Amino acid sequence: MFEGVPLTWFLIVATIMFFIGIYGFLVRKNLITILMSLELILNSVNINFVAFNKLLYPQHMEGMFFTVFVIAVAAAEASVAIAIIINIYRRLINIDVERIDEMKY
Amino acid sequence: MLIMRHELLLVIITVILLLVEIFLPDNRKHTIILPSILLFFIVTVLGFIPGPTGELFGGMYATTPLILTMKNILNLGVLIIFIQSVNWLKKIENKGKIGEYYLILLSTLIGMDYMISSGDFLMFYLGLELATIPLATLAAWERFKEKSAEAGVKLIFTSALSSGILLYGISMIYGTTGSVYFREVMGAFNATPLQVLAFIFFFAGMAFKIAIVPFHLWIADVYEGSPINITSYLSVISKGAAVFILMIILYTVFYKIALLWRDVLYVTSILTMTIGNLFAIRQRNIKRFLAFSSIAQAGFILLGLIGQSQLGMTTVIYFVLVYIFSNLGAFGVAGIISNVTGKESIDDYDGLYRTNPLLSLTMMLALFSLAGIPPVAGFFGKFFLFTAAAQKGLYLLVIIGVLNTIISLYYYLLVVKAMFLNTSDQPIAYFRSDAYSRIGLLMCVAGIVIIGFASPVYEFILSLSHGLY
Repeated sequence: MFEGVPLTWFLIVATIMFFIGIYGFLVRKNLITILMSLELILNSVNINFVAFNKLLYPQHMEGMFFTVFVIAVAAAEASVAIAIIINIYRRLINIDVERIDEMKY
Repeated sequence: MLIMRHELLLVIITVILLLVEIFLPDNRKHTIILPSILLFFIVTVLGFIPGPTGELFGGMYATTPLILTMKNILNLGVLIIFIQSVNWLKKIENKGKIGEYYLILLSTLIGMDYMISSGDFLMFYLGLELATIPLATLAAWERFKEKSAEAGVKLIFTSALSSGILLYGISMIYGTTGSVYFREVMGAFNATPLQVLAFIFFFAGMAFKIAIVPFHLWIADVYEGSPINITSYLSVISKGAAVFILMIILYTVFYKIALLWRDVLYVTSILTMTIGNLFAIRQRNIKRFLAFSSIAQAGFILLGLIGQSQLGMTTVIYFVLVYIFSNLGAFGVAGIISNVTGKESIDDYDGLYRTNPLLSLTMMLALFSLAGIPPVAGFFGKFFLFTAAAQKGLYLLVIIGVLNTIISLYYYLLVVKAMFLNTSDQPIAYFRSDAYSRIGLLMCVAGIVIIGFASPVYEFILSLSHGLY
């Protein structure tokens, strides 16, 4: 399906995704959207690993394994983060980061 | 089997505690405290028995006698934290959550052990995540307090962002070397620009975990919001483990770009020490104060990492050991006072010596050790760090380090002054602390004093630290 697509293209897509994720993490106000930005970062890493594995080092599967584990760990991370976000929602009836500033000053 | 004995023992007692926790009736859940501590004590003692070392799973997992020593140091710290936290766990609001505390804490410790003895980046990443994700649940421990939830969300988001950045670096390392095994990466490493970039990403990710300036801002909020026993765990064990693995990876995988990372560490070390110290001066909450002091201590640790030699490694491990005892002493006293009176401000410590002389003396000893005043262990820790850096000819860095020690002396002595010289209309009333807290503090004091006076500890670590190159 991806025959003939050069490695650079994959890397460009991954880099753009990575920095969209960083930008979203810094700019967004809603905790769920921040979590989505984090997933973007992790997925850009996955693209990197799979592209490197498929196009440069097809003899071993290390990159693929890494991707599988990153996906699993990202799910664990998201579940813990959402649990804490739900708790915050119960306390504040709000998940805006601007409101979570009790210890900022 | 025996090569992985630290992790296996921890897994076994975690499973035992999980089963016991499930089958205990609700009104007897608090009886799990003493057995857990005893079980963990046995694990700690068993860890000190020398055994085989080597590699497992084709190099994914590796231990050396030095790595075993690091794990033993972490075990000791966790044992002290377990003993110190009994009083807090018995409080009414923690009813029904006691077993979870031990389970979550032990699973993060398993993660740290795997992380320290990882031989490839996959194992390293899994260990790192096992060590940080449960910590967020610990930080958000007090379900009905806004501050605790805030600490939890800040911890999970910063740690997830930092592992994302770290992973991006690892993916570039994989792309340029074709392997994730430390040994093969080290062989194929040839310092191309992409690999240098990968190192920067990797270091930024680790800097978040150790709270190195400019990635330190999350630490004060997380420390203030979490319960104090968990704050001490975060500041001592979690940070110590991250320092150990950073040292191992810098000295092995990134060995070929040592000149580059030495410059990076040089700048971040100066920044971390100075900013940590300057911000610590203006803190009035004891937890925030100790948070910034721990940032400054991380700067001193970086200073030792630069002296990349047998001496450098020894001093870093020795310093972490001393730091565990002294910081746990300070957090122990703060935790007891916070548990009994609920007060966490430094101003509340005015006149503490008149009402609770022993607690004040322990706090003083711990703070002196953190500051590095001669008879106690902290002095030797700092002294060896400076020696290691001076050996590389980094005299300017050493001078800045010494100046920072003086600044840190100022704010540590402010607390001592509050306890001993200031008077207060309403000092914290006299109270007797329970046996567990006493044992915990006694262990810290013994550690601070004995390590300061006995050189065998240092020489033992020195004799082991050669195997990483």
